[in-house]
Amino acid sequence: MGNLMMKAFLILEDGTVFEGKSIGKVKEIISEIVFNTSMTGYLEVLTDPSYAGQAVTMTYPLIGNYGVCYQDMESKKGWPDGFIVRELSRMPSNFRSEDTLQHFLEKNDIPGISGIDTRALTKLLREKGTMNGMITTNEAFNKEEVLSKLKEYKVTDVVKKVSCKDKGVYVPGDIQSEKVAADRKIAVIDVGTKKNIIRCLLNRGCNVAVYPCDFNAQEVIDSKPDGIMITNGPGDPAECTEIIEQIRILADSGIPVFAICLGHQLMALAHGAKTYKMKYGHRGANHPVKDLVTGKVYISSQNHGYVVDADSIEEEVARPWFINVNDKTVEGLEYIGKPVKTVQFHPEANAGPKDSELLFDEFMKMTGGNR
Amino acid sequence: MPKLEGIKRVLVIGSGPIVIGQAAEFDYAGTQACRSLKEEGMEVILVNSNPATIMTDKEIADKVYIEPLTVEVLQKIIEVEKPDSLLPNMGGQAGLNLGMELAESGFLDSHGVKLLGTTAETIRNAEGRQEFKDMMERIGEPCAASELVENIEDGVAFAEKIGYPVVLRPAYTLGGSGGGIAHNQEELKEILSNGLRLSRVGQVLVERCIAGWKEIEYEVMRDSNGTCITVCNMENLDPVGVHTGDSIVVAPSQTLSDKEYQMLRTSALRIIDELGITGGCNVQFALHPTSFEYIVIEVNPRVSRSSALASKATGYPIAKVSAKIALGYTLDEIPNAVTGKTYASFEPALDYVVVKIPRLPFDKFIKAKRTLTTQMKATGEVMSICTNFEGALMKALRSLEQHVDCLINDDYEGLSKDEVIEQLHVVDDRRIFVIAEAIRREVPYDTIHEITMIDDWFIDKIALLVEMEEKLKGAKALDKELLKEAKRLEFPDSVIAGFTGKTEKEIHDMRREMGIVAAFKMVDTCAAEFASETPYYYSCFDGVNEVEDTSEKKKIMVLGSGPIRIGQGIEFDYCSVHSVWALSQEGYETIIVNNNPETVSTDFDIADKLYFEPLTPEDVENIVRLEKPDGAVVQFGGQTAIKLTEALLKMGVKILGTSAENVDAAEDRELFDEILEQCCIPRPSGKTVFTTEEALEAANELGYPVLVRPSYVLGGQGMQIAVTDSDIREFMAVINRYHQEHPILVDKYLMGKEVEVDAVCDGEDILIPGIMEHVERAGIHSGDSISVYPAQSISDKIQRVIVDYTRKLARSLHVIGLINIQFIVYNEEVFVIEVNPRSSRTVPYISKVTGIPIVDLASKVILGAKIKDLGYETGLAKKSEYLAIKMPVFSFEKLRGAEISLGPEMKSTGECLGISKSFDEALYKAFLGSGVDLPKHKKMILTVKDSDKLEAVDIAKRFKKLGYDIFATRNTARVLNEHGVLTFPVNRINEESPTLMDLLLEHQIDLVIDTPTYGDKLKDGFLIRRTAIETGVNCLTSLDTADALLKSLENSDHENLSVVDIATISKERAGSC
Repeated sequence: MGNLMMKAFLILEDGTVFEGKSIGKVKEIISEIVFNTSMTGYLEVLTDPSYAGQAVTMTYPLIGNYGVCYQDMESKKGWPDGFIVRELSRMPSNFRSEDTLQHFLEKNDIPGISGIDTRALTKLLREKGTMNGMITTNEAFNKEEVLSKLKEYKVTDVVKKVSCKDKGVYVPGDIQSEKVAADRKIAVIDVGTKKNIIRCLLNRGCNVAVYPCDFNAQEVIDSKPDGIMITNGPGDPAECTEIIEQIRILADSGIPVFAICLGHQLMALAHGAKTYKMKYGHRGANHPVKDLVTGKVYISSQNHGYVVDADSIEEEVARPWFINVNDKTVEGLEYIGKPVKTVQFHPEANAGPKDSELLFDEFMKMTGGNR
Repeated sequence: MPKLEGIKRVLVIGSGPIVIGQAAEFDYAGTQACRSLKEEGMEVILVNSNPATIMTDKEIADKVYIEPLTVEVLQKIIEVEKPDSLLPNMGGQAGLNLGMELAESGFLDSHGVKLLGTTAETIRNAEGRQEFKDMMERIGEPCAASELVENIEDGVAFAEKIGYPVVLRPAYTLGGSGGGIAHNQEELKEILSNGLRLSRVGQVLVERCIAGWKEIEYEVMRDSNGTCITVCNMENLDPVGVHTGDSIVVAPSQTLSDKEYQMLRTSALRIIDELGITGGCNVQFALHPTSFEYIVIEVNPRVSRSSALASKATGYPIAKVSAKIALGYTLDEIPNAVTGKTYASFEPALDYVVVKIPRLPFDKFIKAKRTLTTQMKATGEVMSICTNFEGALMKALRSLEQHVDCLINDDYEGLSKDEVIEQLHVVDDRRIFVIAEAIRREVPYDTIHEITMIDDWFIDKIALLVEMEEKLKGAKALDKELLKEAKRLEFPDSVIAGFTGKTEKEIHDMRREMGIVAAFKMVDTCAAEFASETPYYYSCFDGVNEVEDTSEKKKIMVLGSGPIRIGQGIEFDYCSVHSVWALSQEGYETIIVNNNPETVSTDFDIADKLYFEPLTPEDVENIVRLEKPDGAVVQFGGQTAIKLTEALLKMGVKILGTSAENVDAAEDRELFDEILEQCCIPRPSGKTVFTTEEALEAANELGYPVLVRPSYVLGGQGMQIAVTDSDIREFMAVINRYHQEHPILVDKYLMGKEVEVDAVCDGEDILIPGIMEHVERAGIHSGDSISVYPAQSISDKIQRVIVDYTRKLARSLHVIGLINIQFIVYNEEVFVIEVNPRSSRTVPYISKVTGIPIVDLASKVILGAKIKDLGYETGLAKKSEYLAIKMPVFSFEKLRGAEISLGPEMKSTGECLGISKSFDEALYKAFLGSGVDLPKHKKMILTVKDSDKLEAVDIAKRFKKLGYDIFATRNTARVLNEHGVLTFPVNRINEESPTLMDLLLEHQIDLVIDTPTYGDKLKDGFLIRRTAIETGVNCLTSLDTADALLKSLENSDHENLSVVDIATISKERAGSC
């Protein structure tokens, strides 16, 4: 941890400066600063493609305690632009740990800052909303210049960055899934998928074909999948106009569709609804969502800065399926007259609770059979 | 779902007297539940035999029965009060068992009482060993393999099947006696044969040994709609093998990856879902340290010590939410009282670290075995919160008030490296200091881990603290960076001073100059994701302060009493909480400082602000600096708060009530003697000494027996009766183990009748709610004596003298607030033996039985009110028509090797009350409430010291009359037989069989009366007493207690006990005043 003693600064759009120590790769970045309240699962967070274009603050103060277990990565690499913690553990301790978090960050080219009051930072983001920020080790930074850069900065085109480039095929037993007999085909539209979405499908006996985000809807339909899964992903959904066009075709194909997170937002946009950016989003592993049919509440893993505007959904298009118990925002939609269901939260968990994993079973039911 | 229909009158069962393993946490949970029920408009009927609790206040419940917790008594109360429902899961295991018995016998059904919350079937499935195993098997959750065996062959066969090592637990022995871990067949045979003999039912459980695995707990909630959430998970620093109540516990877990965390979380939720629990539940897991294998250790379908800890650690009020769930609300309908914005259906996110350390009673029981096992031994605990683990650990260590404020322990400094490594094998309360010492000696982490099985992460954290010690020692100049880092790790100024050769004040001033000051952060359940309204704070040195000073009101700080320990128990929390309420009623903003997670005082809605902090001068100063209180109240928080007086004055904080000088005057022998002389009040003659030589000289001058004790202590800590020079030498050595800042007192010991009063004084007038008399003669600590209100055997004249002395003393000491005085009546003369110008152990009980709210009055008097203006007559209050008898309750069975005979040093952990209009019935109820349940076999053992032998004749005669067979050692038997009491002589232990020990192990004895000689070091008596306790036989060590027990057995109608709603006592009195 050679650079642990090097000073680092986090400069926010509102002029606040936090001084801490440099962790990870020594380099300067500008990014959107968000916070995540999960107490475990930092590696899953770091490898969740939905964090592309953002720098993540962990609100839990001790990070890196159990080191890095590469098996737990949710994609092939770490995505955030930066990583912000109160304390980075010098002693990873877990029987599966293969590496330190410091080394992981360095290898993944992710700079970060430790030793700052992450609670004070979180309160700022909560009160003022998500802001842009710079992480730098340059002690002689010119604040005015930095602030004007921060104001200009905007994340664009991140979905393309995180999506796979070519179509991929998985069968049960791949990526540490259970080796069960496959009895159906699922097409996955990768707009930034976490591995566990695919794994949850494989575990349920699906052969999975993963399509990149520039997929052609007709090609997917022609492959005659039993169901289509549209995944999570980063960025502003309204920007993804081409993908939305294709999704509209998928939705009208009659093939059962299940969508998660960004997929859920894109589906809503494809049906004329609107999305808006939340003040500071939902990122963590403790968000309660209520199933409006059963009244049961599930604790869910979440990671989204945008949300579907409840008022923009036409009554005859879709009905609310899940809502967030705390702020009553839309957490799931059931489309009327189409086999299409979508959720804002992450039933695939990782990090977070697996309470809603049974939605994959629901999806299986939609695609026929009893699995 | 809305509230269930038809619930209007709810019966709540408390947990009874405080014993090891069942302490103040149930007062906290019960109080919260009752308030939650009342919020919903329920009428609450409360039953608890423990008078020192807040839940037994008439403000908390509508009907309050301080009655023995037995099925018969509860049936009676149900018949009288006709509740429509019963909430059984708030009173610990005791309450749950009673609820179950009532449900299973069909009594509840036949009286139309619904069991709220968890059903009887659920409880059976969770608590029944076989039912639980079957259910776990059904849903595929793993339990440790175990089998109950009745002979050695079966034990060997089963151990071969599951593999060594195995754990052996004899059925129905207490304190884990006779159990152990067997690593091979030889050990197994040895332990098993002994265990089979000790077990009353001749059964021993043979279980797969999972010692050394990680111990992880989850606190979970479920509502009737099936929504399940986890409130908190906790990781024990001490691996499986040490009871979680005796382990250092950290929340949330630190060494679990998300995979392990979620695996166990999912399992916990599956289990409560399968059990169909509605409310809170605790699930304990053992997790293999190097694989994903785990085992469900146990499930507690109720609130527990862990749920209290989880509530305080997260801010999530488990008991309150459980009560609402019991009424039919679902989690998403119950608002989160902390944020005011979110709902109970979410999982708290922590952005800090919580550490709990148990408070063990080995300072009281010097001879008890310190080894920590699966039998809990702690009487209480402290909790601390910080932004880092090291800081939280350091804070918790000093919160214990055990003369320790860092990881240095002199006991191990002199050992060689090999000896230190050897010492690592010892699992006791000092293990963390041994680990620190091992790190200082550069013992590799691997070695420490292999021996202790403590996770490397924790070892490294201890190492970080040791490294800081070294850095401070080696610092040429203490620079800002280093000082800041030391404070971040919560090194107190005094410790930094010690390492750097500076004074505490120098360090204090230096860091103030450098701007290194504590900041306070809020516990908000959500890691700052939502704005919160609850002012629950902890300090750290690496952040921005969040406390906002918005109130216009004057502020008063109330100092709490810290961890529950013998001598300073739940009664002081009762006093602190009542004081807060009274002050708040008078329009003040209240601030409470305390570090005990089990208590009501640390609930976030008791005071206007709660600071969860150690009660040391430095920690309190951090709060004072920020809050600038207009005054502080120290007289309700026991010795912990009193000790802070001087420091508070130095900080410029006004002490409200009796001044510091006058508190000193009561403790300072010379000043106090002067006052007594002025008032013409006699006291047993005595001297103050520092050294053993002085003590010997004083004792010989006064003449033996003498009482030896340190000043400024509570619960008679270190107090002993000496009859010889060698006693003096021994006691002085024990007292001087710790440096004594104050002199040691040597007093003539008078064996008279002990009488006690609590009084409120406003500087002029006094109000004495009542005079209490002890059943046992002087010499037994007041906290261990049976106490009777109103005093039965003192003359009107003596009573007048006592009132007069009380008035004189209160005035001379300028007492404003509470005073507690203990007298000895000896030959119709009254002597003062102790004066405490503060609240006492008896305050809650006397308040309840007289209906006079002593703490409220004292708090108002402290603010300047006069007793007369508060609507009360001065002087001695009119006697209540009820008698109340306070019975001490002990936890000896939990502490192996502890001497159980009573003396001037307090040993009881709790108390219960017997209330009745008749003395005998009150006494019977008090015994019943304390668990003395006679007879079963009508056989008893009587062995007394020579001076008691004649007195024992009468006692023996009376037991004989009640149909008892009496067994005695030869000398006692001879005396009894000579006096016409047929007694069977039995051999002493070292003689040939059958001996007293064999008799006990036949499990046919109901009662042992054994009066030890002072300074009795005879192994015999000690062994008999211990064996009695460990095999569940009642054991008395004073003939006065035996006499009282006889009275209660002889004279009361045990079939038709009366029950008293004490809420009506208050009403009657309120009417008369």
